[in-house]
Formats: sequence, structure tokens, C-alpha cells
Amino acid sequence: MPAEDFLQWLRREGRIVIVGASLAGLRAAETLRAEGFAGSLTMIGDEPYEPYDRPPLSKAVLLGKASPHRTDLPRRLEIDAKWRLGVAATGLDMTAKRVRLADGDEVEYDRLLIATGVRARPWPKESEAQLDGVFVLRTRDDAAALLRRLQASPRRVFVIGAGFTGSEIASACRAQGVAVTLAERGGAPLVGALGGVIGAVAAELQRENGVDLRTGVMVTALEGDSMGRVRAAHLSDGSVVETDVVVVCLGATRNTEWLESSGLGAGPRGIACDAGCRAFDFRGIVTDDVYVAGDVARSPHPLFGYQFLSLEHWGNAVAQAEVAAHNMISSGADRRPHLWVPAFWSSQFGVNIKSVGVPSMGEQIMIAQGSLAERRFVGVYGYQGRVIAAVSFDNTRWLQFYERLIETATPFPLEFPTVDRRPEGRQPVPADFPDPSLPTHGPTVTLSGYSPSDRRLVFTPARH
Amino acid sequence: MRLVVDLNRCQGYAQCAFLAPDVFALHGEESLVYNPQAEEGQRERLARAVAACPVQAILADGLDDVDEEPAEAGQETSHAR
Repeated sequence: MPAEDFLQWLRREGRIVIVGASLAGLRAAETLRAEGFAGSLTMIGDEPYEPYDRPPLSKAVLLGKASPHRTDLPRRLEIDAKWRLGVAATGLDMTAKRVRLADGDEVEYDRLLIATGVRARPWPKESEAQLDGVFVLRTRDDAAALLRRLQASPRRVFVIGAGFTGSEIASACRAQGVAVTLAERGGAPLVGALGGVIGAVAAELQRENGVDLRTGVMVTALEGDSMGRVRAAHLSDGSVVETDVVVVCLGATRNTEWLESSGLGAGPRGIACDAGCRAFDFRGIVTDDVYVAGDVARSPHPLFGYQFLSLEHWGNAVAQAEVAAHNMISSGADRRPHLWVPAFWSSQFGVNIKSVGVPSMGEQIMIAQGSLAERRFVGVYGYQGRVIAAVSFDNTRWLQFYERLIETATPFPLEFPTVDRRPEGRQPVPADFPDPSLPTHGPTVTLSGYSPSDRRLVFTPARH
Repeated sequence: MRLVVDLNRCQGYAQCAFLAPDVFALHGEESLVYNPQAEEGQRERLARAVAACPVQAILADGLDDVDEEPAEAGQETSHAR
């Protein structure tokens, strides 16, 4: 069948399967229908729930302003899909064009979208991870369980990892008057995502709000009592913290194991795809019927040196899903590239933190507006003489302006004066990111030139 | 009624917190906290908040009944300012 005829047929009566029933999967399904796809649509999700929103789980939900079981995503339109919820995909046969499910069923497709996202990385010592009172936070069930425990007036909550999730949990605990200790291997909170200069501001913010922040330490063991409940955490500096709730916030793992031996270019860093969201197979050849979107995808970005970026960003999931869905049912010339400028937000201790671009590529930072001391500022990151990212603390209205500078590769350091630039911001200083071979938690962007199919990828610390 | 706010777009204008204070609130200077499952009684206020957001960052479903009378909702919105 000629390509154009095939597309006409596909749009009319083809079968599209979406694996991953969360934000990216849902927005892709809606886009397919909005663009006139009339064939059969199957949504596969391993959780028993229809698509729900995750950002509130570590914010509004823990603050008691929303119920963990009521964050379902609103629909842009009726998608008329066949839902297979509560059953995980376990395998992919690209030749026969079938997805294998955990219940033994197989689903055939003409086009497949993979949006399986990431899952929380658990505490590595299994017996300790299973102690009662040890949590991760990724799903709504996680949030419901953690919330119940927080409401039962724990003596102290111990959070491992001061990335965004860990810091947000600490913030929610303090807002509820719960004592909290936050342990971070890096030199400051948020250091992996925003660097040491901003990390120092975050550290100050946390300490002022009563967080017992311990940096430069690792957690060596979690100790349980005779009933199997967690009772203490042991740290590498020899200290012991008594606690009845531990939240493990060690970042996320990409859900790609089910694709092992499928022949797709999938590995621990995600699934490689081209700028049009078409997945690569393990030989680096682009497929034409398998697409990827959301946290699990890695795609080249021209603004960032065509580096393959994996973004754990809400907005990326939406934008990439829309591009993938459009391209799935469009012919070559009509396809669009996914060139979204990375952006994310966090809210903690009453401060609105937002960022555009890729801060972790930054070599230097200068405070373009406001001041660090006031905790109301815009910090601009420079990389090889150009603007690569910006971060704002309670100054979100300026970010769009800096986004434009990133898109147009404006020279760094900034030469123009801004209305409220304080003396401290006139000079760029090192952005102070940690050694990239040291894991810091929750950087939300994976910068990598690694082969996605290299399953031997092992983390080796450079120091210590 | 399910709703979600695109917080990348949100710039903290707080129009929503003004118009539907039981659904939206500011936590600190400019971070928005909201209830993603608004009560049925908030339908009209929510519709006004959606319409008034300067960056159109709020997506809600189940507002169809109210959407049919945008003129009236708009008028009341301007009164509320």
C-alpha cells in the first residue's frame, strides 16, 4: 500500500495502542482524537486508576488541601478508548506488532506510543525498604499511605535526598508542625538541579523553617524494631536519628525493563527517539511505527547541542505527547519536531521556584534581578558564552523573557542592565554544580551521551 | 469537577484565588495551591476563574453548563474586580 493510502487507512480504521496511562498517554490520546483519528485506541496502564496528576501529591495533598485519590486529570475531549488498567505491559514484539500484557493477553497495533514514564527508586537494601514506615512518593497510593502516617503525628520524619520531592515533603511536614530531618549526600538541597549557589539559598530557607538539614552525609542503614517498624536512621558521619517515618527520595528509574530483548533502543536512561518522537531500535535505526513521549523518552535537542535529553518535566510530557500523537498520523512533510524548552516548577516553604532551560549545563550563574539575600531573584546560567537557563525564586513573571534569551542563544554574561539588579549580581560566579559522576537527587534532567542500549551502565563514584 | 493548572504557564496573577477562593489559594508570595477536585457548588466560580486567568493556565472539565453563558459570566467577573 502506498504510504499516503496507508495513512488514510490508519486514520480511519487503524489500531493505536498507548502504553502508559498517565499525563503523556492521556494528552496523546486526546490529540489523536482531536486530529481526526477514528480508529481503535487502547490505553494500557499498570495502575488501576485513570490518568491522574502527580505534582499535587507532594504539595497540595501533603498540605491537606487535596485528597490523594482525587487528582484525576480533566479531559480536553472524550477519547473513546478501550482502557486496560491495572495490567502492566510485559513485552513488545516489533515484528508481529504486538504488546504482551501481564495477564497473558496480547494487543495488536498499527502504531504504538510508549509513555511508561519513571518510577521511584526504592531504598536499595530490600529488607530495610520493607520496614513499616518506609515510603517512596510517586503514585497516589504512595501519597495516600504517607499522608495517613503524617496525620498520625509522627515524632519525626526522616527524608533521604534533598532534591525537589524530598524538599517539598520536608516543606509540607514543617507546614504541619512535624519535626523533619533531611539528609543529602550533596553539599546542599537542590544542588543537582540548580547548583551550589542556589542550593545555598535553599539550605538557608530550609533551616530557617526548622528543617534539620544534614548535607554531605549518606544514610548507611535504616534500623527497625522487633515489630518490623522503622525506628532510626544511621548516617555516614556516625550520627543516628530516631524516626518513625522515612521517605526515600532518591530520584527515579525509567520504566524500560519490559522492552528488554524487544530490539528497541531502550535502557536505563530511557528510550532514544528522533526529534519527531519516533523510537530508535538498538541499531540506531529509526522505527516508523513506535513512538515515545514523556519521562521515558530521550530525544536530541538543537538548543542544547543535540544532546539527548530525558526530561522529567510535566510540561515536557504534555508537549511531547502532542507532537508524538500528531506525527503518528501524519505523513513526513507534515510532521513536527519536539523542540520544547525545558521548564519546571516547585513550591516549597512558601517560595515559588521555577526554571527554564537546562540549568545543570550551566558553568556560571549571575543574579540578573533581585538578590539571593531577599530570596526573590532571577538567576541566569551561562554555558560557553551563551545563556543556557534561568531560575526564579518568587519572580516567575520574568522567566518568559529569559526563555527568549535561551532560544536565541544570547551572549553570557548579560551585558544589559536590569531595573532591579543588585550589586552582587553584576558578576557571574561559578554555578557550582557537583561532579556529574556523583549522584545528587532529583535533577529532573538527564544529560547523557551514553548509548541507551548499554545495559552495563554502572555508576562509579569519582571521589570518596 | 476535575481541574489542573499548568504551573509552567501560571504567573501568579491570583485572579483565580480572587474569584474562587475555596478552590485556589496562594501559598506564600506567588505559589499556587489548588484543590484538583472542586466541589460541585464551586462550578460557577471555577468557570469565572478559568475565564479570568490572564495566561489561560487552568483546564477544567464539567464546566459545559456554565460555558454556554460566557457573556453573563464575563459580566459578573468584571463586577467582582
